[in-house]
Amino acid sequence: MAAGTVLEWREGLDQGDLSAVSLVQAAFDRMDRLEPTLNALVWRDREGALGAAREADRRLHAGERSPMLGVPFILKDNFNWAGTPMGCGSKILQGYQSPYDATVVARLLRAGAVPLAKANMDEFAMGSSGEYSAFGPTRNPWDGSRVPGGSSSGSIVSVAASYAPFALGSDTGGSVRLPAGFCNVTALRPTYGVLSRHGLTAMASSLDQPGPVARSAADLAKGFAVLAGRDPLDSTSVDIPGAERLEDLRPADLAGLRIGLPKEYFGEGIEAPVREAVAAALKVFESQGAILEEVSLPHTAWALDTYYLLCTSEVGSNLSRFDGVRYGARVPDGGFHAMLAATRDAGLGAEVKRRILLGTFCLSKGYYEAFYLKALKARTLIAADFAKAFAKVDVLATPTSPALPFRFGEKSADPIAMYLADAYSVAAPLAALPCMSIPAGFAPSPDTPSKRLPVGLQLIGPALSDVRLLELAHAFQCCTDHHAQSPDLST
Amino acid sequence: MDVTREDVLRCARLADLRLEEAEIEPMRRAMEELLTHAQSLDALDLAGVEPTTHALPMTLPRREDAVVASFTQAQALANAPDAAEGLFRVPKAL
Repeated sequence: MAAGTVLEWREGLDQGDLSAVSLVQAAFDRMDRLEPTLNALVWRDREGALGAAREADRRLHAGERSPMLGVPFILKDNFNWAGTPMGCGSKILQGYQSPYDATVVARLLRAGAVPLAKANMDEFAMGSSGEYSAFGPTRNPWDGSRVPGGSSSGSIVSVAASYAPFALGSDTGGSVRLPAGFCNVTALRPTYGVLSRHGLTAMASSLDQPGPVARSAADLAKGFAVLAGRDPLDSTSVDIPGAERLEDLRPADLAGLRIGLPKEYFGEGIEAPVREAVAAALKVFESQGAILEEVSLPHTAWALDTYYLLCTSEVGSNLSRFDGVRYGARVPDGGFHAMLAATRDAGLGAEVKRRILLGTFCLSKGYYEAFYLKALKARTLIAADFAKAFAKVDVLATPTSPALPFRFGEKSADPIAMYLADAYSVAAPLAALPCMSIPAGFAPSPDTPSKRLPVGLQLIGPALSDVRLLELAHAFQCCTDHHAQSPDLST
Repeated sequence: MDVTREDVLRCARLADLRLEEAEIEPMRRAMEELLTHAQSLDALDLAGVEPTTHALPMTLPRREDAVVASFTQAQALANAPDAAEGLFRVPKAL
């Protein structure tokens, strides 16, 4: 029962073969067994989850049917969920209890989905490895000596380790896709605005998007069906065409599909096993009639710098709210500004401080034009590259990451090396485009060849093509079984 | 791109961050490396290019100007480290 999918469980619940309560009990038994090793969660509440499950079972008995009714899910710890703690992977929010539900949380709860736990994450979603949490690193279930990827490390590992078949993460520059690729799960970063940001703790507001996570595209679509769509509480939110196709996702017909391969993503920087797994995955598309075509995104080389200038600038502004005045752990130290500084010194980790300082520098007098404004203009060129490519092809395919999951500590002391891990994931968000990572295959672990490490394939579509992207991923998953493979967590 | 110790301390002051002495030099070095890396943008011809703040073309929706239920005072203050008489209380600023 532990490794069930949303589709299987929905069927079992509707037919009365399963109860939401039994799914919750099995999930907590599994979490109790595996959490000492994986550390994917920061908070869980068995009694609360059982209460929600009993209510879901009551609705099922009353004959109600809906895409997520009775399905357990896990939330990244940067979403507000009323009455529960939220820490965002940071010490500075110690004691904070969410006074309200994020819109995406409210929509899942209304649909009868059963919340189990809050998931570990890099502090304030700043990190690519899952190592920058104040609550300790999360481990990759495929190889415990390697990182799961970040920043939605806990949400991704929760699905990979079958704590729940659905989770919510968030993606600013790759934070669901990168770990999904490292842990063999399916994750979507929707078109900017398709999922409401109301109640998601802001990191870089022009880039942040909630990101649904599941084993497969068909499972993911069930949750996405209840989440997507305009929210009056987020003025940047938008409706999505084709939403009615999500609940019962059909595979796209791949015959004649034009898949663009951006040559800048297939250069020298890719590790050989990643290149091989991605090539094999592309062959599958080809065998179904898709046409592969090289395209160029000429400003790709500038995407990473553009991203980090914009991201840190927005971070410098957004993170000023964590000051010990309205919430969180205050450290008194004489006067007002001394208190703010003491609180932030005690509460924020090195990476968060580094980004705040960089952002403050980029926005400060004399540097705004040299960095921030230049990055905004480069963003225009990067978005234009994508628009040109989509005049020729239907979708773009790249590796999710040029590298296999790396070892703990391998990059955490070198900020540039860590930022380079995002090299393939930051460009699409700059252009607000929907993109996803799907399991593409496996490579032997370099140190322990008996262990396999997952490889992710990234698909990027035109704006608002989210449903189509899921249908393409589903078509691929109908001809492959990589997404159905689970790590061996029996010992 | 040179980043000085004074630049780091100025930004820390602006951002209400306190840095331990041992943190300052690693932060300075990281900022210098990252900003030097970011100067790659100087190679782009950006003349006449409009900045993009929002990549999806849309107009800001308007809502009806009506009073609706929102946080109560008690809810807003529920997480306050220090509150008195319905207000957030902080140490003296002046």
